[in-house]
Amino acid sequence: MSDIPLGTTAPVAVGHAKPSMGVGEFLSTYVFSRDHKVIGIQFLFSTLLWFLVGGLLALGIRWQLAWPWSNMPIIGRMLFSAQGGQISPEFYTMLFTMHATVMIFFVIIPILAGAFGNFLIPLMIGADDMAFPTLNMLSYWFMWPAFICIGLSFFAPGNGAAAGWTSYAPLSAIPEAAPSSGMAQTLWLLGITFVGVSSMMGSVNYLTTIIQMRAPGMTMFRLPLTIWGMFITAILQAFALPVLTAAGFMLLLDRTIGTGFFLPEMATANNAAPTSGGGQPLLWQHLFWFYSHPAVYIMILPAMGMVSDMISCFARKPIFGYKPMVYSMSGIAGLGFIVWGHHMFVSGMNPALGMTFMVSTMMIALPSAVKTFNWLGTLWGGKIHYTTPMLFSIAFVSMFVIGGLSGIFMAATPVDQMIHDTYYIVAHFHYVLFGGTAMGVFGAIYFWFPKMFGRMMNDSWGKVHFFLTFIFLNGTFFTMHVLGAVGFPRRLADPYHYLTFAQLQPINQFMTISAIGMVTSQIIFAINFFYSMFYGPRVGRNPWHANSLEWMAPSPPGHGNFDFQPVVYRGPYEYGSPETDDDYYPQTQPPPEDREASSDEGDH
Amino acid sequence: MGRFWSLLFLMVPVLGTAVMVAPMVYQTGMLAGHWLPEDISAYNGHIVDSLFYLILGLTGAIFIATGLVLFAFMWKYDAAKNDEAVKYTHGNHVLEVVWSILPAGTLLFIAIFQMDAWANSKMRRPTLPGPDGVIGTSDDIPKPPMALVTGRQFEWRIQYPGEDGVLQTPDDIYTVNELHVPVGEEVVLQIEAEDVLHSFFLPNLRIKQDVVPGMRQFIWFKPIKTGTYDIVCAELCGWGHYKMRGRLVVDTPAQYKQWLVDTFLEQETTTVRPKEAEE
Ligand code: HEM
Ligand SMILES: [Cu+2]
Ligand SMILES: [Cu+2]
Repeated sequence: MSDIPLGTTAPVAVGHAKPSMGVGEFLSTYVFSRDHKVIGIQFLFSTLLWFLVGGLLALGIRWQLAWPWSNMPIIGRMLFSAQGGQISPEFYTMLFTMHATVMIFFVIIPILAGAFGNFLIPLMIGADDMAFPTLNMLSYWFMWPAFICIGLSFFAPGNGAAAGWTSYAPLSAIPEAAPSSGMAQTLWLLGITFVGVSSMMGSVNYLTTIIQMRAPGMTMFRLPLTIWGMFITAILQAFALPVLTAAGFMLLLDRTIGTGFFLPEMATANNAAPTSGGGQPLLWQHLFWFYSHPAVYIMILPAMGMVSDMISCFARKPIFGYKPMVYSMSGIAGLGFIVWGHHMFVSGMNPALGMTFMVSTMMIALPSAVKTFNWLGTLWGGKIHYTTPMLFSIAFVSMFVIGGLSGIFMAATPVDQMIHDTYYIVAHFHYVLFGGTAMGVFGAIYFWFPKMFGRMMNDSWGKVHFFLTFIFLNGTFFTMHVLGAVGFPRRLADPYHYLTFAQLQPINQFMTISAIGMVTSQIIFAINFFYSMFYGPRVGRNPWHANSLEWMAPSPPGHGNFDFQPVVYRGPYEYGSPETDDDYYPQTQPPPEDREASSDEGDH
Repeated sequence: MGRFWSLLFLMVPVLGTAVMVAPMVYQTGMLAGHWLPEDISAYNGHIVDSLFYLILGLTGAIFIATGLVLFAFMWKYDAAKNDEAVKYTHGNHVLEVVWSILPAGTLLFIAIFQMDAWANSKMRRPTLPGPDGVIGTSDDIPKPPMALVTGRQFEWRIQYPGEDGVLQTPDDIYTVNELHVPVGEEVVLQIEAEDVLHSFFLPNLRIKQDVVPGMRQFIWFKPIKTGTYDIVCAELCGWGHYKMRGRLVVDTPAQYKQWLVDTFLEQETTTVRPKEAEE
């Protein structure tokens, strides 16, 4: 950090915190706010809280896999007094269903688009707010019915939905099929629908804002890659979500008024009265994955963008291959619409169709590879500053490589036949989602925290947090590849009574201990976060000496964001430019008079 | 600290490779049973495994190479140690083309290479000679199923056609969770589901197929080793999913015949058939 001194003096800019404030004013400033920054921070707090819930649910899963049917220490008696403190099989199915649901729909998607999308988009493009501030506020408040539905689901019979986060019909369509397929499942569906409504409002807003409200000089190819990530994500949301919403309603109708979209003739389970049926269980899978495959990119493209920005900033070097980065993100998004069938290779879908999905899936690994090479290219010949956000960003690259490569095994249909629905899949998506996205998000929190709160998080504790998380993350997830090779199935409360899997308990215990370590390490993060919010050292506008527009605004920015009209002269990655003596060259800094003509040099 | 962080990231390819290679090479002691389970199939398992190893080799090489490059750059370009000026560059066109085309070619190769294996495993059901008595001609008929396997919460119901070779006749033989097949024969099974989704997974034969209510599907395999193996339910089917375990018993042909006879006799002499006995 030697040559990036942190800003020390606090600029004016504490925009809206006035000395005395009535209740109405407090509500409109901090609660029903239409300011994108407040909404972004609301999303951040809500999602971090759900992150904790999801993490605890995961520990429940890990406990059962390490020591099946044994009494859970401390909380076991409280939760499961009926079973003498041990997890019941139906409770286990609920645990992994709700863990995934919470992590995907309440943490990863809203923290990327909701928290960072909201906070960063207007600031990074030089706008004073979103195009539709009220719609923006609604997109946050529509998360609350979702929170309530899923929250209530835990108290419905069965203690929460338990048909998997994929909620495959008929298990999810016949209310009698499982103890939790009744009200709990209905509430789950309603919850997911509300998340969809919220995301839809967000994405319409983001698209409009990015297209319409860029500052003068901010051409599309001068946008930071974060914004490109958000932009492409918003397109994916806008086109894929309606399908999930429709499918959700169809499933709701199957469950409530006896339509049979996803039920074959005379379908029944667990002695329920047969339904008229006439539908197809596979239809649900097609519709679900038509949304949920693009959704996995919704869950990573914004993080890819943020990581690109952080890596360029802390390598003090322009991003390598800006346009290839943009094109590969677009490629991922485009291909992302024609690969959903790779989740269905052995579902009973026509195997010939599986073959076409296999080819498109193989091809989608290509843009991922291109992005990785460009990140490495960015590090090459730079001056790397090992700050906490940089370490998390490098971890993103390193972990994403693992997750991307394991995808190729699963894309190969004959191999997928062996590893589908095993821990290989679980390893894959935890490497992309936890190793990738979550690392990117942690980095982004450390990176933009000073902009959000005007104060710095502690870097040394940040590094301790990084180190422990990184070690434990690999301890928890890497060995899952080995389990997957054995065929160890996911979603089994007790796999050890199978001949093939009996010997795998010790390795699972190792993973559980790592997982406990990983969750515990987050305490360091939580303390650092809340302490720094109030007592962290104050910073100026641009503590990292970065180029993009948000760093030109006060920290934290007041209403309307900028205290001057930003005009953009170049791309956001002009670090180490020979045109200036500093090692950075902010997008708003006018070029020296005599060089005016070549001012958009940084674009290629 | 740059040195420390570089070394931490160096551990990713080093330990990652170790964790993947150790159980592959030493399948004894603590590591016993921590790799692909024993393959008892005539061809399918071998094809799946060699494809797995091929992809493991290719992706492993990329994994190690990118890991080492990352380490080298982190080590060399640490701001605290590196006095050279930053290489001010926005990218390189030739590089982009090269590192797009190379992986594209490799991926396309894998894609095309595996198609035949997939077709064999899921699309080319074994046949019997048709009226002309010659196999491999256009009038071949699909080989009829040796048994019907029906998944239901939470067991596998198995039905053999019996003497007459036709399902749903009085001489059918019923069992639950225990599938007997003769060694060395091409087995075709008809698989169905009664209530919700299940998945019929034979780890030792590298076969997996979801069973879907309302759909009739066929799978085929050829076991070449006798013994008892797992039938795993691999698709979440409710609270009791974990216990939906079946046994695949590969018999010698003589044992298999005898087992069929014994089971049929037993079934005729006991009034309660397994079908009603459960639950
Ligand atoms: C390099 C490109 C990738 C390829 C080739 C790939 C391939 C696949 C395939 C074939 C499956 C289905 C496996 C099965 O169920 O048998 C799968 C599952 C999955 N992938 Fe990827 N993937 C890639 C990248 C990603 C990324 C970037 C993410 C998320 C950010 C992701 C998230 C997931 C998730 C969540 C699942 C599992 C869903 C479930 O069954 O619960 N993948 N991937
Ligand atoms: Cu997918
Ligand atoms: Cu099952």
